[in-house]
Amino acid sequence: MTPLIELRAVTRSYGKGEAEVRALDGVDLAIRAGEFVAIMGPSGSGKSTAMNIIGCLDRPSSGKFLFKGAELQALDNDQRALIRRNYLGFVFQGFNLLPRTTALENVELPLIYKGIPPARRLPVARSALAKVGLQGREGHDPAQLSGGQQQRVAIARALAGNPSVILADEPTGNLDSHRGHEIMQLLQALNRDEGITIVMVTHEEDIAAYANRLIVFTDGLITRDTGAKAAA
Amino acid sequence: MLWETVRLAARAIIRNKLRSFLTVLGVVIGVAAVIAMVTVGQGSSAQVSANVASLGTNVLVLRPGRQTMGPGPREDAAQFTLKDAEALSNLSVAAAVAPTTTTAATVVFGSANQSTQVTGSTSDYLAASNWQLAKGRNFSEAEERGGAPVCILGQTVRKSLFGAGDPVGQSIRVKSVSCTVIGLFAAKGAGSFGQDQDDIVLMPIRTVQKRIEGKDDVERITVSLKKSVTAERGTRDIQNLMRDRRRIGIGKDDDFSVTNMAEIASMLTSINSVLTGLLSSVAAVSLLVGGIGIMNIMLVSVTERTREIGIRLAVGATSVQVLTQFLVEAVVLSVLGGVIGIAVGLGLAFGASRFMAIPFAPEVWVIALAFCFSACIGVVFGFFPARRAAKLDPIDALRHQ
Ligand SMILES: Nc1ncnc2c1ncn2[C@@H]1O[C@H](COP(=O)(O)OP(=O)(O)OP(=O)(O)O)[C@@H](O)[C@H]1O
Ligand SMILES: [Mg+2]
Repeated sequence: MTPLIELRAVTRSYGKGEAEVRALDGVDLAIRAGEFVAIMGPSGSGKSTAMNIIGCLDRPSSGKFLFKGAELQALDNDQRALIRRNYLGFVFQGFNLLPRTTALENVELPLIYKGIPPARRLPVARSALAKVGLQGREGHDPAQLSGGQQQRVAIARALAGNPSVILADEPTGNLDSHRGHEIMQLLQALNRDEGITIVMVTHEEDIAAYANRLIVFTDGLITRDTGAKAAA
Repeated sequence: MLWETVRLAARAIIRNKLRSFLTVLGVVIGVAAVIAMVTVGQGSSAQVSANVASLGTNVLVLRPGRQTMGPGPREDAAQFTLKDAEALSNLSVAAAVAPTTTTAATVVFGSANQSTQVTGSTSDYLAASNWQLAKGRNFSEAEERGGAPVCILGQTVRKSLFGAGDPVGQSIRVKSVSCTVIGLFAAKGAGSFGQDQDDIVLMPIRTVQKRIEGKDDVERITVSLKKSVTAERGTRDIQNLMRDRRRIGIGKDDDFSVTNMAEIASMLTSINSVLTGLLSSVAAVSLLVGGIGIMNIMLVSVTERTREIGIRLAVGATSVQVLTQFLVEAVVLSVLGGVIGIAVGLGLAFGASRFMAIPFAPEVWVIALAFCFSACIGVVFGFFPARRAAKLDPIDALRHQ
């Protein structure tokens, strides 16, 4: 079975000559559909860099990036935007909601860019908010919501586009541990009940424990991979 | 999709009211200035044309002295006399000849008084200066010859002395002369220099000379030419006659001037259009500045909203979608500014026309042009910032705080 996501000898370097930094130094990685992967590792080890490549936000300097068996490393900006819009959902450490924009409008955003008319996208956005337990908060601004609630709006936004993969870079990094666990239960349920593949970066062992597979980065290389569990 | 983009843009505009207001302001000022200038210009052109009509065509004005018009020292030249006027009226080119003298005087009726311009002339004055009678009659020959104390009033004088009442047959005092009102002029409106032409009391010239001024001066002679006669021919005949009468030797310059009123009118018209053009181009520059203001604020906005753009890109917006959103935002803002500017400009023009007593003449093509131009400003000055937004790299944009 072809993996959903595959990195082959991927490198990513910043700068040139003397000042060159190799954020990724030849990474091989395969993630199959339906997995829940946690990525850990020290600061600066290349976790976010890898996530950006998987998330079609960035391109590898060399090596191959395959999604559903298709090579994507050479796509241009707009082609990558189409992949993001159709298959990917993002959850960021800093939530990244549009300020002064209601929860519902934030969740609608990916659907607007997909060109889905209001009559069809409103129910989708509402049900995504309901899935993360925010029914009744549709009209709230991010400023009127707690951190946990904001992160749930962000998850609803990621869900609204009906993604195959949710990419979460330190989703609980700005939350206290109680809210953090709530978010993890939500992600776990989405993975279990809806079959959405989840790739998540975290610094916390107990957060990583929600995943079925653990990958550890050190200095731009994968130094440990528990592999897919039988369940996956 | 475009409608969606307009909605997105509208939301972004509403989300930041102050910034939107400041952006719009530049365009509002520019458009309002252009509209006001052009509309007032059109109004004053209409006024000038009306004045040209009120002057009457084919009218020549003779004055002693070489100078043709405007202020400045007058040469010491012999005054005209009533004999000159008589001689002129014998010319075959002349239809009406009105020797005229004017003096400032206070006119009194009962307890009402008004200081006004008293004009002394003949019954030909009406034809030569294109006046119509609303009521009453012109001077009779006997009244003219005998310097009878009779007068015809302009509407402004009538209003201040009699209100809406009928002055004909009443007796008023002009300086110290008691004088019977025999006629009332129809209103003429403001003159070429904004003066009130209806502020007039017309009396037989001998009456003014003998009883009011106490000297025999004729300040000017207005000659209206027969229809078939050209202004050039009329001027030449009049000059020849007057040179003879004033004994000006061959090779000497005239010591009087003959002014063609139609020439003055066309000069006024061209001065007016030059002024309008000048003011309008100043206004157009301010419109350009307004456009640069939009670009400036949109550029700042792109920097300020880098993270927002990053979010939009991350959830799948293509660069074209980001570009159109920012472009549409700029166009919506500038069109909004255009519409408000048109309203403000028309308001200003209306006020100014009232104030200057000229017709309020809004032109549809000016309004349409201002509208299209403001939309174009949005496109032109919005494009550069919008392209900059669209070219942002998603991760760089997201990392921006
Ligand atoms: N835009 C950039 N320009 C230059 N160097 C960069 C850039 N982005 C990342 N790097 C470098 O690449 C390396 C990996 O960065 P990355 O953000 O992937 O680390 P990380 O594992 O996510 O760390 P953290 O846990 O702190 O988020 C670091 O040394 C970093 O300094
Ligand atoms: Mg990181």
